[in-house]
Amino acid sequence: MAETLKPRDARELLDAVKWAIAGDEPLEVISAGTKRDFGRPVQAGHVLDLSGIAGIVDYEPAELILTVKAGTPLAEVEAALDERGQELAFEPMDYGPLLAGEAGRGTIGGMVGANLAGPKRLKHGAARDHILGLEAVSGRGEIFKAGGRVVKNVTGYDLPRALCGSWGTLALATEVTFKVLPKAESEATLIIAGLAPQEATEAMTRAMGSSAEVSSAAFLPGGLAAGQGLSGDATLLRLEGFGPSVDYRFESLVRLFGKDAKIERLDQAASKALWKALRDCMPFAEGAGPVWRCSVAPTAGAGLVADLSRSLAVDAFQDWSGGLVWLRMTGSDPQAEAVRAAVKRAGGGHATLVRADSSLRNTIPPFEPQSEALAALSQRLKAQFDPSGILNPGRMVAGH
Amino acid sequence: MGSIAMPKPDDAVIARRQEIVKALRAIVPGEGVIDAEEEMRVYETDALTAYRQLPLVVVLPDTVEQVAAVLRYCHENEVKVVPRGAGTSLSGGALPAADGVLLSMMKFNRVLEIDYPNRAVVVQPGVTNLGITRAVEGDGFYYAPDPSSQIACSIGGNIAENSGGVHSLKYGLTTNNVLGLEMVLMTGEVIRIGGKHLDSEGYDFLALMTGSEGLLGVVTEVTVRILQKPETARAALIGFPSSEECGQCVADIIGAGIIPGGMEMMDKPAIHAAEDFVHAGYPRDVEALLIVELDGPEAEVDFLLSRIEEIARANKASTIRVSHSEEERMTYWAGRKAAFPAVGRISPDYLCMDGTIPRKALPRVLAGMRELGQKHGLRVANVFHAGDGNLHPLILYDANNPGELAAAEAFGADILLLCVEVGGVLTGEHGVGIEKRDLMGAMFTEDDLKQQQRVKCAFDEKQLLNPGKVFPVLHRCAELGRMHVSKGKLPFPDIPRF
Repeated sequence: MAETLKPRDARELLDAVKWAIAGDEPLEVISAGTKRDFGRPVQAGHVLDLSGIAGIVDYEPAELILTVKAGTPLAEVEAALDERGQELAFEPMDYGPLLAGEAGRGTIGGMVGANLAGPKRLKHGAARDHILGLEAVSGRGEIFKAGGRVVKNVTGYDLPRALCGSWGTLALATEVTFKVLPKAESEATLIIAGLAPQEATEAMTRAMGSSAEVSSAAFLPGGLAAGQGLSGDATLLRLEGFGPSVDYRFESLVRLFGKDAKIERLDQAASKALWKALRDCMPFAEGAGPVWRCSVAPTAGAGLVADLSRSLAVDAFQDWSGGLVWLRMTGSDPQAEAVRAAVKRAGGGHATLVRADSSLRNTIPPFEPQSEALAALSQRLKAQFDPSGILNPGRMVAGH
Repeated sequence: MGSIAMPKPDDAVIARRQEIVKALRAIVPGEGVIDAEEEMRVYETDALTAYRQLPLVVVLPDTVEQVAAVLRYCHENEVKVVPRGAGTSLSGGALPAADGVLLSMMKFNRVLEIDYPNRAVVVQPGVTNLGITRAVEGDGFYYAPDPSSQIACSIGGNIAENSGGVHSLKYGLTTNNVLGLEMVLMTGEVIRIGGKHLDSEGYDFLALMTGSEGLLGVVTEVTVRILQKPETARAALIGFPSSEECGQCVADIIGAGIIPGGMEMMDKPAIHAAEDFVHAGYPRDVEALLIVELDGPEAEVDFLLSRIEEIARANKASTIRVSHSEEERMTYWAGRKAAFPAVGRISPDYLCMDGTIPRKALPRVLAGMRELGQKHGLRVANVFHAGDGNLHPLILYDANNPGELAAAEAFGADILLLCVEVGGVLTGEHGVGIEKRDLMGAMFTEDDLKQQQRVKCAFDEKQLLNPGKVFPVLHRCAELGRMHVSKGKLPFPDIPRF
């Protein structure tokens, strides 16, 4: 009989995993389930729901340290940090609007499993750059901890970071410690209107190579900009920090681009709203066309879009100074071979099929296929954490 | 020699030495294989000089194919391999094995590509940390992690140890600044991960490799991100009558939302040693000295320095000085940067420890250290990366006095255990190596350590790469792989289910 198991603490989770191992019962691991439609559909008879292992364990603002149980809603954590003027600086994106039709439900465990990041990835990295330690239950049915509760630590292999982005296929975190940072006092976005994609890349590259400390840089073509309250092709540069510093750096960018550039300024509230929308891929939240997330070298993004547009009907916008390319296919075919070949031609990186029907995600590898040696190493790593293959089998790669 | 034991060498391998040397010569021609004892001497130790061991043979390949062939040969013939970069490890990470090949990567010393538009540099692993910055500083860029050995240490070694430096709170550690790697597994397989894009695909092998102390693979190419140099940098020199007030000042600076580029603290013995050595103008009548450096746009730096002055005054600072020129800023740093040699001047030998603690525990740890110093009859001076809680106690001793090295090692172990006791860790940036290997049990359970060792099994099933480091007890991979799970029905009748 299919079961949904909802353990309330690490000990009950351990029991559930041991039971699954003993009976050779694969488990689909979820928490809020906002990313259930990400990756390959998991073939498992039972659902293991981790959202019951929740709560903030310890938050010390002066130490910049937060320890939280993995099922805790991200929104709850962000609210607690906000009260003390702090944040998760990597700005974890919310896949809810794109995949589950609802925002604000994700949990810390899902954030770790998917190694979430946002537009500030350029400056602040992803979840893996801020995690410091964790306690987890492995697919072997053992509780282990790794890392610590301090910022600087090289005691043993960096398992906390390595478990980020493993999609619940290696071990299940029950408690996670993060580095948090003070929230910027002020923010503004500089918009350059009317640059063509390649010119936008050059502008973003110049800004990122200046000392203006741009924390996010994106390009939104006219067709998608309208939905975000902008008109025409928009090149977006975000500045954050203390008020006088933001103004000073804004002026330095204005000087950098010269008086011929069509420059506008978005202040705090509008700037925050815009970047949140880009973070959550809101331009593609509507509709059902397949959505790809491509990661390439920052200067290669515009060329990737131009290359694909020659043969396919796609909508695209770029974050991370051009290097993160969100693609929406106009038809229902994800065109996987064409997309992945174009990524290779763009100098390499990877393409992940984020939104598509489950039947498509079953036949097309949603995660970028790896070289033979790397795939074999990944498989050996999986076997060392989950030898029976009970944790989210097939989620990342068919067969294991 | 110190008191830490290494695995017993395999006499059968030592007996095959001639044959192994010959095989290596067939892979790496000419002077790339060193087997004369006097020439191998320079490889017998790293910066943990109390431990010395001649390797079986030294090999210096200069192509990836040679590295792969050496490792494949050693894998097939069950010969241990100790990889080595610049040999600046403070934890004995590059200590050779008597029955193992020492694989020096220092011929891999070229900068391969500088890509300013993508803010990435591709280098070979033997390039020094400072060498990366030197290659790009003319164009206004730099590589952020700056361990104090940066003039000598290699980027390959930085990957092995996940090196930090004084700027790591704001700019991160090595792991936050590496974009891609090429590495060779013990089997000779060559693997590339990441690249110039920001996130690597699949499992995060960059994270596993960084800080793996040479136990998982041999790095043959590194892609790092570089940053635009800040427009300006200024420093404040702040003295306090007690370490408590200094610690509170640090907490208040961070509480005000300020993340300085660097924030370094020194205790009285370190201040005096540094001042006697370089005459940086440090106040001698304070118990704790804080150097706070702010970098960024001028408007921001000036604004924040005035805030920091207010915070320091509120915390009863007895001296506050702010740099008004680049020369003055460098003078403030001169004492801190010379702290290790300065301590070397007042003591024949010293051990440099490396724990990390929650910042709030600093007064307790300093007091505990004074007591431990009395117990072991030795002096200690402290420098502290106050921003990230990384503490470097320097234990002063004289190796010529019988028993003093052993006392210093025991003192060091006690300090690290104290760090763990207050919620910290054994090592912030120097690595476990052999030095802290036998203390791992203080921080981790048997299950914790076994799961770590299973990661090694995925990379190096025969456990030939850098043996005897990091883990106090070696288990065979077959043993680690065994499952102990009892059969049964749902053993948790109380778990909610739907």
